[in-house]
Amino acid sequence: MSPVFSNLLAQPGVALAAEAAVKIAVVIVVLMGMVAYTVLAERRICALIQDRLGPNRVGAFGLLQPIADSFKLLLKENVLPGHVNRFWYVLAPTIAMAPPLLTLAVIPFGNTLAGFNLVIADLDVGVLWIFSIASLGVYGIVLAGWASNSKYPFLGGMRSAAQLISYEVPMGLSVVSVFLLVGSLKLSNVVAYQAGTWLIFKAPLAFLIFLVSAFAETNRLPFDLPEAEQELVGGYNTEYGQMKFALFFLAEYANMIVASALIVTLFFGGWQVPFVRVEAFGPILAGALGVAAFFVKLLAFIVFFIWVRWTLPRFRYDQLMRLGWRVLLPLALLNIVATALALALKLRA
Amino acid sequence: MPLVVPRPNLTWWEKLYLPAFWKGFLVTARHFVRMLFGRRDRRVVLEYPEQKRVLKKGYRGAPTLVRDQDGREKCVSCQLCEFICPPRAIKIWPEEIPANDLHAKVEKRPLRFEIDMLRCIYCQLCEEVCPEMAIFLRDDYSLTGTSRAELLHDKEKLLEMGGVMQDGILKWNKK
Repeated sequence: MSPVFSNLLAQPGVALAAEAAVKIAVVIVVLMGMVAYTVLAERRICALIQDRLGPNRVGAFGLLQPIADSFKLLLKENVLPGHVNRFWYVLAPTIAMAPPLLTLAVIPFGNTLAGFNLVIADLDVGVLWIFSIASLGVYGIVLAGWASNSKYPFLGGMRSAAQLISYEVPMGLSVVSVFLLVGSLKLSNVVAYQAGTWLIFKAPLAFLIFLVSAFAETNRLPFDLPEAEQELVGGYNTEYGQMKFALFFLAEYANMIVASALIVTLFFGGWQVPFVRVEAFGPILAGALGVAAFFVKLLAFIVFFIWVRWTLPRFRYDQLMRLGWRVLLPLALLNIVATALALALKLRA
Repeated sequence: MPLVVPRPNLTWWEKLYLPAFWKGFLVTARHFVRMLFGRRDRRVVLEYPEQKRVLKKGYRGAPTLVRDQDGREKCVSCQLCEFICPPRAIKIWPEEIPANDLHAKVEKRPLRFEIDMLRCIYCQLCEEVCPEMAIFLRDDYSLTGTSRAELLHDKEKLLEMGGVMQDGILKWNKK
């Protein structure tokens, strides 16, 4: 390393920025790879569930299929329909893609490795950050529906707005009980709190509400009403093609991965390895095992997301609204009260 | 009489939907595991280019010309198939059979016989209309080519695809 460069790195701010940049690059690359292969996993798993085979031609077991697909999408002609509002039409896919990338910043994917904290930004308001950014995700879909200037995308966009607003509320409320228990909004504290028992065992109802809301927030079946290809053609992305469509597609899967990561962090102990005291293996191996544990849990949840999609049929619109406002919301409020009471009684005792 | 579908009275346990969800998960998981480890023969797809579907009798594939067991091409160039063909895929150039030929009494045969497989709709009308039982729809499906010329089947190609069809009557031998 040249002395100029090492001197530069010696500056505290620069070193911090360099560390963050490296982490961001790694996380983005890993996320994009996971998105590509989640698509492949979805296609293979759904095929097996439906007694089919799925893509198995490109490379061994079809493992190069995502690469072939991305080349296809990248090389497609860029078509702009004549009737769209061009500015918002082009902007919408990028807005849809941004929230999952931003929310990933605060999720700790490991403890420490070689002296580095394995989280890009360990914010004190971690979960508030996630909720505030995730609620921006609806703009991509609503803008797409509006800018497409066409009836089915419009219906998809409107549904998306109603659905995301409805499920944001129980989602946020369900997490309140978690923070009553932990006493902090910082996600690394939430993970540290779960060193003994995972939060799913302390707050199972919160987990259930959060899980259902997460499905609704990521527009996955059984709550994929904004897309609903059987009734709305393709919903909000009907008028989109090529890379612009691909961005929506990637955003859906990135959202799914981020939601899984969040569930793992909040309820399944994040990077905590169960039953094993990893500290005994030395710092490097312990850190690596933590990352591995996080990814195993994450992959399990991604498979669960896929499994649910190919098992449950779509909700009717009124059923969706009833479930959100008349079941999940009261349950979440009840859960908060119950948790608070239990904690208060414990403090008295 | 209107059919009245009775609405089931669900218990609160059924209204939770969770048991039904659980059953659904088990069904899909069973299919998944079975495809992955067990009865792969229950799958509903073929690995197409390697495996091909077993065709039922009477399948309407590509039309072909046939010879009888004596090796005579059976088409007498009457052009009925050319006239009945709805998409006008068939073109025939008739020719007189020379007097010194073995089958001279048949009088006509096709000089050229072309079927444009880009136009053919596999309707089987040519086979139905043929008075000589010379044209048959066989099992060939999935005709592909890299040029239009490749899919313009000429007489040699059609006879090769058709092969020999046993003829129990051999009417021209008896006349």
